[in-house]
Amino acid sequence: MLGRLTIDALPFYSWVAMGGAAVTVGGGIAAFLLVTYLKAWKALWFDWLTSVDHKKIGIMYIVLALVMLVRGFVDAIMMRAQQAIALNNEGYLPPEHFEQIFSSHGTIMIFFVAMPFLTGLINIVVPQQIGARDVAFPFLNSFSFFMTAAGAALVLVSLVVGKFSQAGWTGYPPYSGIEYSPGVGVDYWIWALLVSGVGSTLTGINFIVTIIKNRCPGMTYMRMPLFTWTALCISILMAFAFPALTVVALQLALDRTLGFHFFTNGDGGNMMMFANLLWIWGHPEVYILILPAFGIFSEVVATFSRKRLFGYASLVYATACIAILSFTVWLHHFFTMGSSANVNAVFGIATMIIAVPTGVKIFDWLFTMYRGRIEFHPAMVFTIGFMVTFVIGGVTGVLLALPPADYLMHNSTFLVAHFHNMLIPGALFGYFAGMNYWFPKAFGFKLNEKWGIRSFWCWIIGFYLAFMPLYVLGFMGMTRRMEHYQDPNWQPYLIVAALGAVFVLFGIICIGIQLYVSAKEWGSSKDVTGDPWNGRTLEWATSSPPAPYNFAVIPEVRDLDAFHDMKLRGQAYQAPSGYEDIVMPKNTWLGPVMGVLGFLLGFAMVWYIWWLAALCFVASLVCVGIRACDDDTEFVLPAAEVARIEGARLAAIAPGDLHDMREFAPRGAATGAILPGSA
Amino acid sequence: MTNTLQQEAVLAHEEQKSLEAREFGFWVYLMTDAIIFALLFATYVVLSNNSAAGPTAKELFDLRHTASETALLLLSSLTFGFATIAMHEDRAGQVVKWLVISVGLGLGFLAMELVEFYGMIQKGAGPEVSGFLSAFFTLVGTHGLHVAFGSIGIFVMIGQVLSKGLTLPVRSRLIRLGLFWHFLDIVWIGIFSVVYLPGVM
Amino acid sequence: MTHIMFLRPLIRGVGPLFLFLALSGCALSDAPILYPKGPIALAQRNLLFDAFWLMMIVAIPVYVLTIAFLIRYRRENKSAAYAPDWEGSWKYETVIWSVPAIIVVAIGFLLWEGTHKLDPYKKIVSDKPAFQVQAVALDWKWLFIYPELGVASVNELAFPADRPLSVEITSDTVMNSFMIPALGGQIYAMAGMRSELNLLADEPGVFTGRNTMYSGDGYSDQYFQAHAMTESDFSDWSDKVKASASTLDAPTYVELHKQSIADPVTYYSSYEPGLFKIILRKYAPVVGPYESEAAELICRGAA
Repeated sequence: MLGRLTIDALPFYSWVAMGGAAVTVGGGIAAFLLVTYLKAWKALWFDWLTSVDHKKIGIMYIVLALVMLVRGFVDAIMMRAQQAIALNNEGYLPPEHFEQIFSSHGTIMIFFVAMPFLTGLINIVVPQQIGARDVAFPFLNSFSFFMTAAGAALVLVSLVVGKFSQAGWTGYPPYSGIEYSPGVGVDYWIWALLVSGVGSTLTGINFIVTIIKNRCPGMTYMRMPLFTWTALCISILMAFAFPALTVVALQLALDRTLGFHFFTNGDGGNMMMFANLLWIWGHPEVYILILPAFGIFSEVVATFSRKRLFGYASLVYATACIAILSFTVWLHHFFTMGSSANVNAVFGIATMIIAVPTGVKIFDWLFTMYRGRIEFHPAMVFTIGFMVTFVIGGVTGVLLALPPADYLMHNSTFLVAHFHNMLIPGALFGYFAGMNYWFPKAFGFKLNEKWGIRSFWCWIIGFYLAFMPLYVLGFMGMTRRMEHYQDPNWQPYLIVAALGAVFVLFGIICIGIQLYVSAKEWGSSKDVTGDPWNGRTLEWATSSPPAPYNFAVIPEVRDLDAFHDMKLRGQAYQAPSGYEDIVMPKNTWLGPVMGVLGFLLGFAMVWYIWWLAALCFVASLVCVGIRACDDDTEFVLPAAEVARIEGARLAAIAPGDLHDMREFAPRGAATGAILPGSA
Repeated sequence: MTNTLQQEAVLAHEEQKSLEAREFGFWVYLMTDAIIFALLFATYVVLSNNSAAGPTAKELFDLRHTASETALLLLSSLTFGFATIAMHEDRAGQVVKWLVISVGLGLGFLAMELVEFYGMIQKGAGPEVSGFLSAFFTLVGTHGLHVAFGSIGIFVMIGQVLSKGLTLPVRSRLIRLGLFWHFLDIVWIGIFSVVYLPGVM
Repeated sequence: MTHIMFLRPLIRGVGPLFLFLALSGCALSDAPILYPKGPIALAQRNLLFDAFWLMMIVAIPVYVLTIAFLIRYRRENKSAAYAPDWEGSWKYETVIWSVPAIIVVAIGFLLWEGTHKLDPYKKIVSDKPAFQVQAVALDWKWLFIYPELGVASVNELAFPADRPLSVEITSDTVMNSFMIPALGGQIYAMAGMRSELNLLADEPGVFTGRNTMYSGDGYSDQYFQAHAMTESDFSDWSDKVKASASTLDAPTYVELHKQSIADPVTYYSSYEPGLFKIILRKYAPVVGPYESEAAELICRGAA
């Protein structure tokens, strides 16, 4: 009836497992009670969960990312604490727990922090940047979100029911095969990836179509803001790379569940194929995580340097180059597998070539700051922190791209430090910059800057303390994933690294305080104009938070910095001559229901509860069928209602709220007058 | 009254736009599916000689059986084409007729495939025997699963044509389903030439 | 003023880090990657250093320009030039594309040459023949087979320091990676497959080697000492091993193959003939009849 799910799956076998389970269950209960206390169940269901509004879905993505960030960070600090003390002793974590922790840390941070964070930002911002009212497929968007959430839920549930994978976030067979990992852990990992991977593939398709088909008049490709460009590139990567993950995870699942022999040691399996397939997805994935951050940095650096972006075309071409090249370098993840020198050298050189467009980007941002008026807003400070720190990651990346050097550094903590150097300053700082930058757009009030700066300092100091020692330890011959070690010379470095994790903890706390303080000061930091930073791109033309339809009248774009151009021409806040009816997608319960089905399907497959899996599968098909037959998915928002919303918005804007555009006078002066920023 | 008319006009325009986007999106989806198949093909090529202790391709494949399967699937693609032509001519009855024939041929293909699978498993050549057979069953089975979903899709569309007539959304769905159905044909030709032909050669 | 406040936490936070690193610098002299004990590892390290310094041509200007621009073009400094509409310049663009490109081409040459020269499969040129060792990764220990001596050892590798060391590697468990950091890079050990590593030590010494590929519960303890010995020490060692009472016949190997953590160093005065080959064929993609009873026992794990 319940497959291999028995009472033994509950975590009563160790204190560590009980602690993890207690925190997870406690968190769930707390969230439940909070919603009940706020009497928010109805609002949660009707305004959020069933919503197909891209902005709300985006916010839900980011909430998911922040919750999972805390979970992933707990894993991180537990690992750092273990390694700080485990010199010639077992520390406080037995190998079994340590292995689950490093596996879930990687899985969570990549799939359930970085992916939802960037998808959330893209969701909130991209449709507005291209002057669209919504994404191309609003329901698909909701479905994608719930698939991601279902995957995250599977990882969380593994803390309470059963165990998580001990095979690392890359799950290399044969170790992850049924022979060496007989428990449910690897299955949790596989199904979390499969379920959320479906969401990511569909998100990719959705945003490809959105960006190609839904741009407003005048928004040519070479007028798309850089963030939209990166979103387009990574959507293509998502659509074309994630199928590889689906294939490889499914093959591993078949190996484990039905006794197939794709990657087994004997019987004609081939484990090297796993490495190839995984990294055919995995390397583009790295750029899926980083490119949106590059897009955010491009937006932020232009806005807070009060200057047009330097080398826009260069940045676009560099982005496209990186996206294409990202498919040609996967083998550098396993130079040490024994390929011939020619093969290794070709992939090594292909890898280094990526350093060129990446370097170009850094210089383009630098020259955007050159002759600018730099403001140290938290978003900008995160950007500067990124530029300085990312260079180190780039340099170590090129070092690892040299096959002979990689023979030395592969699997070492140097490698760990390198990819954290790419993903914390490279990706996460970008997302934080994006959060500080676009928060007022999503919520209508600004984030507290003081706490934003504090969170930055904690994060960057924490980063250096945590990962510079790991670079050094790599030189000292320390490999990754060690539960304990014998070399006393390593310990001081590991203690410093643990201290770094504590600083990062402060950074996360600062972000929490920032959100709390900002919410408390809500009234005084309200963003009335929808343009708190004197922004340049189209998303600042909508109100904050935007109306459900974003733009009452679809704008016409004449310039790369579309909204900046509108402000200079004095047309930014003009009421149009009239409004039209707007077609809006209807909310639907199918998204959350299919998310629950996806979760149950994964759970059933993990525990071999075949009837439940079949039931969920059929029910999912029925849901697809219901949607496929539904011709009534939209409604019309009447023009009068639009006029009312827009009228109220424009009436609330006082002339004093508008930005002084006189410093940009040279452009405005062409018309003979100095423009104050609005008509 | 005029208000609702105007609303309907706006709705129709939006619908047209959204159907165009759907068609484009469906093409992108097919590309992602093509990647899934490409990787399954690659896996098969890598593992095709890894027969371990089990039988080899030569001992298992029967080209005549496969040729009949191919004929059924190609024919059903053709008849789906006729359904599309009938749709453009606004003849709902013809559309349904051709769709019924297409799905019949598709189910015939599936039945033949199941017979082949069953026979192989009976002979002790199931997917758990060797890397080669795992890759074979996964590749061919994934294609078969697609055909099964396509068949369900055709049933759903027969129902929609009968109940709703050839409305704009129904036409758009038919066109997309057609793309899917023809795509499966192309994949099958790949399977025929990568799996079966070299297997018996 | 803001810019100074902005920098203060930097001085406060990162200062102690540098202080710490300066104090702990002495420990680095043991770092096997930085101070290698063999020509292969040295060549690999030197490639690393060369590429590093080449990249500083780009990296240092980034730091200098970032700091200079942040100070000069901060909002408070109204005296600095301001060009809000400056969107590009062919001159600058040419430089920022071509300089990294040239550096990558330069490193590319180093890479191509280095990758071929330091191919781990390449035999080391020496006036003395290479010393052959077969290494088998097990859960969680290393088995070394010495065809030249007809003996085997667990968790200890010994070889004459004046001869190149040629290691054939495979695994009788999950994927492992064989590495002796002080002597050179690593290569994966995979079941059913044979990989190779050619190393050379400068002089006699003891170096730590280990599996670097996470392989399960005993992974942290899966290390061994590699002894590069003088000729006389090595012949003593070989005599000691040959005198050992244990032999590695098929049943002993089956026993050894079972999972165990932190096994003591063990010597075997002989081993099952063709053991390495039998372990390889255990996972062959096409299976034929077993060549001997011992082979069947080893391959199937039980009689």
